[in-house]
Amino acid sequence: MATGTERPQQRPGGVHDASRAAITARHLRTDRWWLAPAGTAAGLLAFIVYSTWRAFANAGYYAAPYVSPFYSPCLAENCVEMRGGPNWDLFGSWWGLSPALLILVFPLGFRLTCYYYRKAYYRGFWASPPACAVAEPHAKYTGETRFPLILQNAHRYFFYAAVPVAGILTYDTVLTFRDEHYAWGHMGLGTLLFLVNITLIWAYTLSCHSCRHIMGGRLRHFSEHPVRYRLWGWISRLNSRHMQLAWASLISVALCDFYVYLLASGAFTDPRIF
Amino acid sequence: MSTYDASFRIWRGDAEGGALGDFTVEVHDGEVVLDIVHRLQATQAPDLAVRWNCKAGKCGSCSAEVNGRPRLMCMTRMSTFERTETITITPLRAFPVVRDLVTDVSFNYRKAREVPAFVPPEGVAPGAYRMQQIDVERSQEFRRCIECFLCQDTCHVVRDHEENKPAFAGPRFLMRVAELDMHPLDAASEAGLDRKRAAQEEHGLGYCNITKCCTEVCPEGIRITDNALIPLKERAVDRKYDPLVWLGSRIGRRKG
Repeated sequence: MATGTERPQQRPGGVHDASRAAITARHLRTDRWWLAPAGTAAGLLAFIVYSTWRAFANAGYYAAPYVSPFYSPCLAENCVEMRGGPNWDLFGSWWGLSPALLILVFPLGFRLTCYYYRKAYYRGFWASPPACAVAEPHAKYTGETRFPLILQNAHRYFFYAAVPVAGILTYDTVLTFRDEHYAWGHMGLGTLLFLVNITLIWAYTLSCHSCRHIMGGRLRHFSEHPVRYRLWGWISRLNSRHMQLAWASLISVALCDFYVYLLASGAFTDPRIF
Repeated sequence: MSTYDASFRIWRGDAEGGALGDFTVEVHDGEVVLDIVHRLQATQAPDLAVRWNCKAGKCGSCSAEVNGRPRLMCMTRMSTFERTETITITPLRAFPVVRDLVTDVSFNYRKAREVPAFVPPEGVAPGAYRMQQIDVERSQEFRRCIECFLCQDTCHVVRDHEENKPAFAGPRFLMRVAELDMHPLDAASEAGLDRKRAAQEEHGLGYCNITKCCTEVCPEGIRITDNALIPLKERAVDRKYDPLVWLGSRIGRRKG
C-alpha cells in the first residue's frame, strides 16, 4: 500500500535507506537534544583551552607550599625548586619546553581513552551520533575497529600510569599542610582545595571501567574470590558515578591549578585557617 | 476523569513510500500512547497496522518512535506530553518497514542465531546445575531483556549505516555474548569456543563506540553499556591487547 507520496530522494543508507520508512527528516525529536552535546563540547573545549595555556606557560605553577597538579611531578631540570616537593629531574637539562608537557601525557591519555570521555567527545565533537536517534552526518563508520581509534584499547595502560600520578598528587596534598615557610601543622584555603581535588582524582581513577574489570570484572566465579568480589562491588558503586566524577575531577584539577597560578602571580595571598 | 483531544502525526505507508498523516484523537486520563493508537484504529483508521501484545511492557512488541525517540508505546504515558503538543509516531527507523508502524525485525533474529548457545558443562545433567547467586547475578541482569529491539534501533552503528549490518550484531546480541561469557557454568572455552574472540571478530564489538544510546532507551533499565558492552570490551583487551593476561593464561595462572 502506498499513500501516493513519493519516496524522498536521499543518499542511500542510514535512516534514508530505501527499505525503511520514507521520512525525510534526519530525526523527529522535539526535545532539546542538542543541549547535552553542546554543553559537553563547550565544557571540554574550555578545559582544553585553559589547560593548553597553562601547560605551555611554564610559569606560575608553584607558590609554597602548593604545586600545581599540572606540573607534578616535575620531571625536568628547568623546574622551579620545590622544597620537599615533587622535583624529579628525570629528563635533565636537554628538555627546554614546559615540564608540564612531560607528565600531562599520562592523565591526558587516561582521560582521552576513558569510556565516559569517549562517549562525551564522540557525541559532542564528532556527532557520532550527536544524540540518540539523531542521524549522524558521516557517510561511513568503522567505530573502534581500526587505527587510530583501535588505540582506545590502551585505556588500562593509562589507568596503570594514572595510579602513581594520583599517588604523587596525594603527596603534594600532604605537603599543603605546611605554611609558606615550610613549617608543618598549618592549613590554608588551598589545602582544602587540594583535599577536595585529590579525593575526586582518586574517586575518578578508581571508578574507571578498566579498574573495575581488573579488580574483579574479569572473573567468572566471584564466589571463589571474595576479596576481589567485594572490591568489584565497591568499584561498581563508584563506577555508576563515573561521569559525575569525571567532570568534578576535571573542574577541581583546573581550579587547583588556577588557585596556584593566582598565588604565584601575586593576585592574593593564601587565607590561612591555622 | 478528564478527556481532551490530542493531535497526532502518524506515519502511514509501506516499503514503496508513505507520509505522516494528521489525526485528532480523544485522550482519557491515565492512558498510554498505545491506547490512543487503538482508539484511532477503532474510530478513524481501521486499517492502521501496529504490532502489540501484552500492553504491560513485557512482550516488547509495540516498539515505535514517539516524537523521534525509540519507545514502547504501551509504556509511554500521555501525561508526559503537553496537551497542546502534536505527538509524532513512526515505525522504528533502523529496520525495513512492512506497513505503517510495523517493521521487519528479522535482522535481529538472524543475529540471534549467530550467537552460539549456552554450552552445558560436561558431566552435569540438565536440572542438576548448581550456581551461587553472586556468580550468576551479572548474567541475570541481561536476562531481563524483553527483546523489544529498541537498543538495536537506536544504535547508530546500524541505524545510520545499513552497510554495517552484516558485521555488527548490535547491543542486544553483544549483551547476549557477555551474558554467556560471564555465566558461571558456560563451558564454551572447554569446547574450544572463544566468546571474546567471537565478540570482536564475528559480532563487531569494535564498532561500538560506547555512546550509551542503547542504555538510554532500554525500557527494562538494563545498564547495557556499563555492565555488558564495556566489560566485554575489557575481556577482549585481556585476550588480544594485554600481554600480561595473555602470558598468565598461557602458564595457567589466570583462569578466573
